[in-house]
Amino acid sequence: MARAVTPQRKALNTAIAWGIGLLIFFPILWTILTSFKTEAQAISDPPVFLFFDWTLENYSVVQERSDYMRFLWNSVIIAGGSTILGIIIAIPAAWSMAFVPSKRTKDILLWMLSTKMLPAVGVLYPIYLIFIRMGILDTRMGLVVVLMLINLPIIVWMLYTYFREIPGEILEAARMDGASLKEEILYVLTPMAMPGIASTLLLNIILAWNEAFWTLNLTAAKAAPLTAFIASYSSPEGLFYAKLSAASTMAIAPILILGWFSQKQLVSGLTFGAVK
Amino acid sequence: MSLRNAFRAATALSVLATSAAYAETITIATVNNGDMIRMQGLTDDFTEKTGHEVEWVTLEENVLRQRVTTDISAKGGQFDIMTIGMYETPIWAKNNWLVPLDDLPAEYDVDDLLPAMRGGLSLDGTLYAAPFYGESSMIMYRTDLMEEAGLEMPDAPTWEFVADAARKMTDKDNEIYGICLRGKAGWGENMAFLTATANSFGARWFDEDWTPQFDSEAWSNTLNFYIDLMNDAGPPGASNNGFNENLSLFQQGKCGMWIDATVAASFVTNPDDSTVADKVGFALAPDAGLGKRSNWLWAWALAIPAGTQKEDAAKEFINWATSKEYIELVASKEGWANVPPGARTSLYENANYKDVPFAKMTLDSILSADPNNPAVDPVPYVGVQFAAIPEFAGIATQVGQEFSAALAGQQSAEEALEKAQALTVDEMEAAGY
Repeated sequence: MARAVTPQRKALNTAIAWGIGLLIFFPILWTILTSFKTEAQAISDPPVFLFFDWTLENYSVVQERSDYMRFLWNSVIIAGGSTILGIIIAIPAAWSMAFVPSKRTKDILLWMLSTKMLPAVGVLYPIYLIFIRMGILDTRMGLVVVLMLINLPIIVWMLYTYFREIPGEILEAARMDGASLKEEILYVLTPMAMPGIASTLLLNIILAWNEAFWTLNLTAAKAAPLTAFIASYSSPEGLFYAKLSAASTMAIAPILILGWFSQKQLVSGLTFGAVK
Repeated sequence: MSLRNAFRAATALSVLATSAAYAETITIATVNNGDMIRMQGLTDDFTEKTGHEVEWVTLEENVLRQRVTTDISAKGGQFDIMTIGMYETPIWAKNNWLVPLDDLPAEYDVDDLLPAMRGGLSLDGTLYAAPFYGESSMIMYRTDLMEEAGLEMPDAPTWEFVADAARKMTDKDNEIYGICLRGKAGWGENMAFLTATANSFGARWFDEDWTPQFDSEAWSNTLNFYIDLMNDAGPPGASNNGFNENLSLFQQGKCGMWIDATVAASFVTNPDDSTVADKVGFALAPDAGLGKRSNWLWAWALAIPAGTQKEDAAKEFINWATSKEYIELVASKEGWANVPPGARTSLYENANYKDVPFAKMTLDSILSADPNNPAVDPVPYVGVQFAAIPEFAGIATQVGQEFSAALAGQQSAEEALEKAQALTVDEMEAAGY
């Protein structure tokens, strides 16, 4: 049943939505603005909002001091690699849970999720020691595996909820037509679940991009991604907020742009499925 | 087949032998402090002289601590040099985690290191980390506000004078606060300041039997004095203020006095960042007439983790970065005010450095701190604003939270001290003291 919405009501709702949106976005906006200020303006009180001498000096200092492209490349490989690897493993897992559930499927799903409840630092030493033994400390490959494992429960859960929306009869029909299991998953299920898979992919790239515990603790000079790039501009003794903001802006820019262009898929994917 | 294997082995050996004599790439973990940034900018000089390349891993201080502690305790071998402080050095040296620096070349002149720094970075007389820069704490004050208040800051003031001056300088309507002090919880934040202050009030962390002393009258005097002073003359929200927050307030002209790290002097007198650059005076940290001042002692030092494959190159780097020549190099490029302070005696004998306005007070402050004898009464630990035992950082951070909550008005000083005593007793008993 549709409810009548008056234009005033609609305008009010829009204004409130914009207000909340801006409020949530404000810290990022402030970071971006601060990155164009001098260090003195960055800490001035009362704070200056838009009317200051815009400068690109912080960006040139950051460029000069750090090899941004190396950090960026590491981030792309680690976030992209871990997500793609995770999806490849999660699609068959989610298929079996959604279409051929056993008595224990619900328990397994919950158990998978429960691994997310353990604080990461609790397993820092075991993982660190395993990494030393395997010689994969400070390698992108090691981080790809760890971030994939960390995000795997979320990927499986998301795909599972999307797959459950797809009628099992369609897959059955494919099987009747002689499709093998591989063909069924690859050519029937995957294309139908594409919006769900795309949003899972995007969300997990964002999660992996922002992951700042393992990426800081398992890297040194070679595999450090953008999280380490930001951390290198935080100072205990000295005010470098403008430079820190410039580094942060450079670190979040790629993912912000990616998110902006794919917001349609993100939103439609997130509202699709049983868990909304 | 065996001939081919022998040939392979010979090639491998010769490659190894030549590469050992040639350049290495060393990885150094450090923090993003001004002096460290300058060092990174000058790395080319080191590479030119030795042929070794350097890779920097710069991290936030707390992240760095966690990162290097994990690596060194798990023997991960990710770093060839680590930037550590006076607190970690003796503890890690005791665990055999650090390479002793007992074979530095004669021209390094290890006797030139300030005795307080050398002592704090040694275990049983052996140096385990080379001081890159050292600091103590002192009073930085606004000469104009002091004059307006009709007062004159002595070189070595008492707490009574400082408290009186702070109250007189305060003009809350114009957002001028007589004194800015650390309030943010953390063993290296408010507890560094409060432990050093407690020393001057005759308090101590532990008696000679390692019994916690927060139930003493001296600690009660310390905390009550601090909270009363901050309520009367401190900035609002002081329980969230650490070094950087107070630096920001001082640079904007909102603090009459600020007692903090001597390294801040170069920031507050820099006209590019500070609105009060030409109105800053310096004085020793205050005392309460009991023979101990309330200044701390700290060094950021370079140490080599045991087990590194590149010990020789790492030693060459330390030899370069903490040498007299390095100081000259920085002076020639960035001026004498920007050289790393507080590490070498010769710096303070240098005629060029004597013109730097905060040089003398920094040295006097460092010299008046005694890590082996920090409190009025005898103590079983080493360290001025900390006790160099592994349990300290955890305990002091919890105590710091209680004290910070007391400053914020969420509990009384007595309640905070009671909780501090209880939790310290528990932790120390659990640790087997």
